[in-house]
Amino acid sequence: MVYFKTDHEIAIIKQNGILLGKAHAEVAKEVKPGVTTNQLNKIAEEYIQDHQAHPSFKGYVVGGRKFPSALCISVNDVVVHGLPSAYHLVEGDIVSIDCGVYLNGFHADSAYTYAVGEISSEIKDLLKVTKESLYLGIAKAIDGMRVGDISFEVQHHCETKGYTIVRELVGHGVGRNLHEDPEVPNYGKRGMGPKLKEGMVMAIEPMVNLGSKYVKQGTDGWTIKTKDGMPSAHFEHTVSIRKGKAEILTTFDYIEEVLNKSNIAIV
Amino acid sequence: MAKQSSIEVDGIILEALSNAMFRVELENKHEVIAHISGKMRMNYIKILPGDKVKLEMSPYDLSKARIVYRYK
Repeated sequence: MVYFKTDHEIAIIKQNGILLGKAHAEVAKEVKPGVTTNQLNKIAEEYIQDHQAHPSFKGYVVGGRKFPSALCISVNDVVVHGLPSAYHLVEGDIVSIDCGVYLNGFHADSAYTYAVGEISSEIKDLLKVTKESLYLGIAKAIDGMRVGDISFEVQHHCETKGYTIVRELVGHGVGRNLHEDPEVPNYGKRGMGPKLKEGMVMAIEPMVNLGSKYVKQGTDGWTIKTKDGMPSAHFEHTVSIRKGKAEILTTFDYIEEVLNKSNIAIV
Repeated sequence: MAKQSSIEVDGIILEALSNAMFRVELENKHEVIAHISGKMRMNYIKILPGDKVKLEMSPYDLSKARIVYRYK
């Protein structure tokens, strides 16, 4: 069932998106070699709770189990759903941080992949292409188009640059529940899938691998890793369709302000 | 947080149960109870024990499966 949101509800999600962007930025300030992923998770969790909101992922029940932390911290070959641990970030790693905020009855969901210190130019390109594909996909989120149009854009952009798209994981509707209909895969054919209509709110999240598209489940039951061990990038925005056009409800502005200040190149 | 879409697996029909349900053995030797999809019912596609079929399963509940295709 696709739940359509009113303008007022979309405004609530946008407010959440701003808080989420700021929470991401707090984490961005600390992403450097030596930091443990547990510390990054703590920063985000405390920031969100200090603002009277609740981290969407913490306690989120999926398949009968509860997700234990506020952030998904996915390093290098981990595609998504990485758990925070005592792992220290190392120069050359990439870490994708996925976070959600629940406030006033609605969720907002976004993710960003960071470079830890200096990374190789091919991984830098992976991040750049993944981020571009997100925006290209969002450009197709217009009233009257279909989910397949977004999916095709993301797939086409990434695959023509030589990267591969993960099949098993998809974007999704967002609203009162973290995961709603429709499913928004990152691969597809134009003109296929549910029709996009005014009032739909979706999380579009390209997950792109440097190597092959196959992934496997980690032993902790949550982590999803690439089968060939090559790195994977992940960017996500929560997007609404309002007045016929796509409106990005979450924001990377705060993150990029932090990255600019520390002279880290923004891909 | 990304959502896992349904996984497609192949299996062989072991026995036919009532109500268009079948016991299917998957490639990884697990047995599940699967039902036939509406599209196959609509097109009158029959399934017999011994047929090789494609199943759709939710990654969140591996006890439920839906038969979506019968191989030749």
